[in-house]
Amino acid sequence: MGTDTLTKPDVVIRGRKVVGGVSEGEAMVTSQTISGWGGVNPMKGEIIESHHELRGQSFAGKILVFPGAKGSSGWSGVFHTTRLTGKAPLGMLFNIMTTKVALGCVVLRVPTMTDFDSDPLEQIETGDWVRIDADEGVVSIWKGGRRP
Amino acid sequence: MVKLTDAEKAMLDGTEGAAVQKAMDLLVRYADALGAEDFVYTNNIAGVPGSSPKWVKEYYAADGGDYRAVFSRFDLDSDEVVDIPRMNAFSCHLQGGMDPTLWQDQGMTEEAFANFTSDEQEVAGHGIQVLKTCTPYLAGNVPVMGEHCAWMESSAVVFNNSVIGGRTNCEGRESTSAAMLANRIPNWGFHRDEFRKGQHLVDVDVPVDSIYEWGMLGYFTGDAVQDAIPVLRGDIQQPSLIRHKHFGAAAASSGGVEMYHMLGITPEAKDLETAFGGKVRGDHYRYGADERRAVYERLNSIGSSTDVDYVMLGCPHYSIEQIAEAARLLEGRKVSPNCNLWIFTSRAVKTTAEAGGYTEILRAAGAKLMTDTCSAISQAVPPGTRVAALDSAKQVHYLPAMLGIEGWYGTTAECIDAACTGKWDGRLQ
Repeated sequence: MGTDTLTKPDVVIRGRKVVGGVSEGEAMVTSQTISGWGGVNPMKGEIIESHHELRGQSFAGKILVFPGAKGSSGWSGVFHTTRLTGKAPLGMLFNIMTTKVALGCVVLRVPTMTDFDSDPLEQIETGDWVRIDADEGVVSIWKGGRRP
Repeated sequence: MVKLTDAEKAMLDGTEGAAVQKAMDLLVRYADALGAEDFVYTNNIAGVPGSSPKWVKEYYAADGGDYRAVFSRFDLDSDEVVDIPRMNAFSCHLQGGMDPTLWQDQGMTEEAFANFTSDEQEVAGHGIQVLKTCTPYLAGNVPVMGEHCAWMESSAVVFNNSVIGGRTNCEGRESTSAAMLANRIPNWGFHRDEFRKGQHLVDVDVPVDSIYEWGMLGYFTGDAVQDAIPVLRGDIQQPSLIRHKHFGAAAASSGGVEMYHMLGITPEAKDLETAFGGKVRGDHYRYGADERRAVYERLNSIGSSTDVDYVMLGCPHYSIEQIAEAARLLEGRKVSPNCNLWIFTSRAVKTTAEAGGYTEILRAAGAKLMTDTCSAISQAVPPGTRVAALDSAKQVHYLPAMLGIEGWYGTTAECIDAACTGKWDGRLQ
């Protein structure tokens, strides 16, 4: 019983698969759209865009939760490069569908979802533990450092 | 799942060869990610197929570490390396990493140049046109109204959709390389009528009558509407190719504008009702004297020293008309010994510039006419550059942030004055 309480997620939201698979890890959340080319250093997985709230932080090994993509058509190429450098995120959740973000997620090949029944930007905070089951369309969230 | 025609199923089954199969496999994954229902046929592709720095080739060393390996594994996102045949679609290579003759001035190494040369031979060998420009529409690829295209390069995408009435999303490297082989791109976004309608209205209350003014209006518009489709009306004067080029590039940089309408000017905006596809909706913005001043100040907020040591023109790549103007402004003058002036264009336009004697005028003044790239793409500026002067709102947006330098925005004439004096003396005109 105690184990059940521990493993049960605090929040569950549902959405649509963009790229299939299952992944879990610590969330990195931003309410600001992300530029690829000129906005991310793919050698470090680090946001470098001036004035971005995540500037100087790396999404490597994190579940990246963000509104969507903006900027240059080099978006997919830059995120694809993080796969080569080992600095890719573990999974992605986003709200606004564009060709940039769709192609970027496909070539990054990490579990990715969109079209949620509840806004992940409101449900998830940086540091929460998130499990994405993109094949089932389910995102499970453990708040504030709790672990499943 | 995206619906496939018999021809598309055959491509996915490998009937057209392994490379086309891998291309179709990637395009199907991409279409499903978008939620597209089907594909459109396209025979007009612009991307950066297979070109890569040396370290990417070395990453694929176990696969041969060559163009074939990079095209298979990176461009087609394939798990195995396949032979890459000649492309099936009309395919164009956009901007590249260095000038083919002045690369040493740009600080490139022999090794990097050898890699560049090798990639270019592969590009040409695969039937891809070596346009090497962000302005393919000035170098041999002018779409027509309604033509389905698959283009990269945000400034070219917005020009294609808005000014020409061609149809393209802002594609990426992998989707364009795959489309070159498969002649297909997902039928989503700007390929569809309903997606091309205006979303917000911008009233222009001050005269906008030069590339300088069109650039500022573009920067304002992108900042206002972000990635939505604006409809502009009002005092927008004497539309021309170079004015649209600077407006679109700026709007695609401050926001993510991939299409705009200008009432009575662009082809899908003969009146408000047509532009919006019904009644006017969305937000209503006004561009007046106060907004114009605010944009000017924002574009010049990263300049403090007036000692300009670098002037870069040609973002997007200069047209022959702009090179002629720069030559006229420079004729009989000299670039200051404390400053460098680099002007970027395509190889096609440079050939015309040479025929017109402009290259010689620029050379005599101490300026350099370069092709293929720009300082943002190549991250190449003259050694010791600290303060740049630019006549492109897009370049002011990117270059100082990328290289940690200061930047000024002004007219072409102000920039050329700065090149000759080494001093910035620009002001809101």
